[in-house]
Amino acid sequence: MTMETPVLELRNLQKHYFLRPDFWGRPTATVHAMDDVSLSLKRGETLSIVGESGCGKSTLGKTIVRLQDPTGGEFLLNGERADTLQGAALKAFRARVQIVFQDPFSSLNPRMSVRETLAEPLVNFGLAASRADIDAKIATLLDMVGLPRDATNRYPHQFSGGQRQRIAIARALAPNPDVIVCDEAVSALDVSVKAQIVNLLGDIQKETGLALIFISHDLAIVEHLTHRVAVMYLGHVVEEGARREIFGAAAHPYTRALISAVPNPTVEEKKPRILLKGDVPSPLAPPSGCRFHTRCAFATDRCRAEVPRLRKIGGDHAVACHYDFSADGVLIQHAH
Amino acid sequence: MPILNVSELRTHFRGERGPVRAVENVSFTLESGETIAIVGESGSGKSVTSLSIMRLLAGGRARSSGRIEFLGRDILSLGEAEMRKIRGNEIGMIFQEPMTSLNPVLTIGRQIAETLILHQHLSRAQARARAIEMLRLVDIPAAEQRIDEYPHQLSGGMRQRVMIAMALACEPKLLIADEPTTALDVTIQAQVLELMADLQKRTGTAIILITHDLGVVADVADRVIVMYAGRTVEEATTKDLFLHPLHPYTRGLLATIAKLGSSLDDNAASRLTEIPGQVPSLHESIPGCAFASRCPLVTDLCRHTAPSFEAVEPDHKVACHHVERRLQA
Ligand SMILES: Nc1ncnc2c1ncn2[C@@H]1O[C@H](COP(=O)(O)OP(=O)(O)OP(=O)(O)O)[C@@H](O)[C@H]1O
Ligand SMILES: Nc1ncnc2c1ncn2[C@@H]1O[C@H](COP(=O)(O)OP(=O)(O)O)[C@@H](O)[C@H]1O
Ligand code: SF4
Ligand code: SF4
Ligand SMILES: [Mg+2]
Ligand SMILES: [Mg+2]
Repeated sequence: MTMETPVLELRNLQKHYFLRPDFWGRPTATVHAMDDVSLSLKRGETLSIVGESGCGKSTLGKTIVRLQDPTGGEFLLNGERADTLQGAALKAFRARVQIVFQDPFSSLNPRMSVRETLAEPLVNFGLAASRADIDAKIATLLDMVGLPRDATNRYPHQFSGGQRQRIAIARALAPNPDVIVCDEAVSALDVSVKAQIVNLLGDIQKETGLALIFISHDLAIVEHLTHRVAVMYLGHVVEEGARREIFGAAAHPYTRALISAVPNPTVEEKKPRILLKGDVPSPLAPPSGCRFHTRCAFATDRCRAEVPRLRKIGGDHAVACHYDFSADGVLIQHAH
Repeated sequence: MPILNVSELRTHFRGERGPVRAVENVSFTLESGETIAIVGESGSGKSVTSLSIMRLLAGGRARSSGRIEFLGRDILSLGEAEMRKIRGNEIGMIFQEPMTSLNPVLTIGRQIAETLILHQHLSRAQARARAIEMLRLVDIPAAEQRIDEYPHQLSGGMRQRVMIAMALACEPKLLIADEPTTALDVTIQAQVLELMADLQKRTGTAIILITHDLGVVADVADRVIVMYAGRTVEEATTKDLFLHPLHPYTRGLLATIAKLGSSLDDNAASRLTEIPGQVPSLHESIPGCAFASRCPLVTDLCRHTAPSFEAVEPDHKVACHHVERRLQA
């Protein structure tokens, strides 16, 4: 049996930020932004990272595009170590893994025309032989993202928010990458424009086999476009699995609360909401044991002491909780 | 008598390239104890509408016309001194980003107490006691200690609850909440919305809730106003709006939003419905219907003549020339 090598594989990836070193250069505080994250992504697949503000989604994104180095663990691109690459190898890596940010207004250079914006990665990564070649490739990119070809000589401020995000996506597509990380890439867009961009990403993926890491706090959009989901809480992945498992049969008490908190735009009878008490604790001093125990209705002494490991509970479904729950969320007294 | 009656409100800004027609034609009324939601995409004029009601668009660049009646008083003709008595007292406000509306150098207790001293003429001690009471009411744990903290020492959710405490301290007749939960996480948003509904039940405050989130609307609003390019295009009870939307824009909007749970029936993730095109520029004066360039039902009439905003059924108003086609269907 041959298993397809994942495009991207994260093994126990960790990122801690060390704040304000003291006189001796020792950090005075450590932000546990991402801890022990293991995930994998296949060609043509979308893996969404969801969770509340500060749970470590962007930290994960920035680490796997090598905007910052992890403080522990490793990750692989097409089966090869990528977290330690330097020099020419790192440059080649950057062409394979691209990122699109939330704010198309600040991520595009206002003084660069669309042509310059799109030519830069082509030239930089040595992907175009001649001027004519560059022009042809730019025309293809504009077609792919649904921008008119005469957009080339215009500047970012001459476009709407949605069009700017199309330019940013075209720029990310330019080196023909294996993976694009979309960090809240549609969050700032209006609903009608959001739908256009979400559909566009889906179309491009079907055409090219591109793999996507889709970072978002918008669960309804995620449900629509994703294949798989990882739910993060305070730097940990607490649940992971296929779209249907997460949205149809969530097992972790946090995932259940998160999904139930999303206001659904319908006036039909709704399921009662699971209200979580309190705020997300500080990642400077994450709670002991299960990091969710301060807000979990089912927390026991064991939860306060012992970190639950991710364990498989189905074909493509894993959860990090000591206990099992029935479909309607009732605790089954059966510890693992 | 309604608490608030806005009719044919128009607010333009003077700009370098001519006027920005931020609010072009907005009309609605609000009864006491009622929650009305104003929805629309960014730039549709929601915030300018609320700032016009508060008369907070000073600086000479903005000009409002039309009529805004608050408890029978004509807001647009009141002097600034009278307005100051209304703001923060009879009309409370909550904005999206509490960090910009809370004063960073004053403790939260001081800020709540000051509005009470100014408007309700309480003594310092009375105001402090009332501030603690308000913080308890909005579920701030250890209110006696927290009252002496500064805004940056609180989490985003707590700051928004402090804003609510401050806005409700004087028991306003009307509360204007502009995207009050947009910057918050969903689990915290759920807490804050629950709290607002709870406080409304006790005090009978009328609420204008401005949001672009139709999920929030479905949860909390009694009635909904849909804005497009500075105009009210539809107004209905929440139930009616979701079940029988009449304006083509509203119908497009409801079709385009992703609903949780709705894509689990199909095998592959499904495409979202798109509204093609973009909103028109607010620099242009639009002779006909503002939605004409994107509307699937557009006719020549729509391009030349602006539709009037009229009741087509009791409690259901629409600005569209061809709404009868759908009523018959
Ligand atoms: N450069 C940094 N130095 C110190 N702490 C940081 C740094 N970057 C992020 N953090 C902290 O790490 C944690 C995770 O941050 P991250 O940006 O990954 O969150 P997120 O899940 O993307 O949140 P959001 O939904 O708000 O974008 C947060 O507590 C954040 O304050
Ligand atoms: N102070 C101002 N000066 C000029 N234009 C403004 C000002 N405030 C808002 N606008 C414009 O008015 C329009 C409506 O804005 P706003 O009411 O804030 O929209 P929203 O519905 O997103 O709240 C936008 O085009 C905005 O750029
Ligand atoms: S391990 Fe314990 S605290 Fe954590 S989610 Fe499970 S039941 Fe709750
Ligand atoms: S008036 Fe015409 S263009 Fe405007 S919404 Fe109605 S049918 Fe469409
Ligand atoms: Mg982020
Ligand atoms: Mg606004």
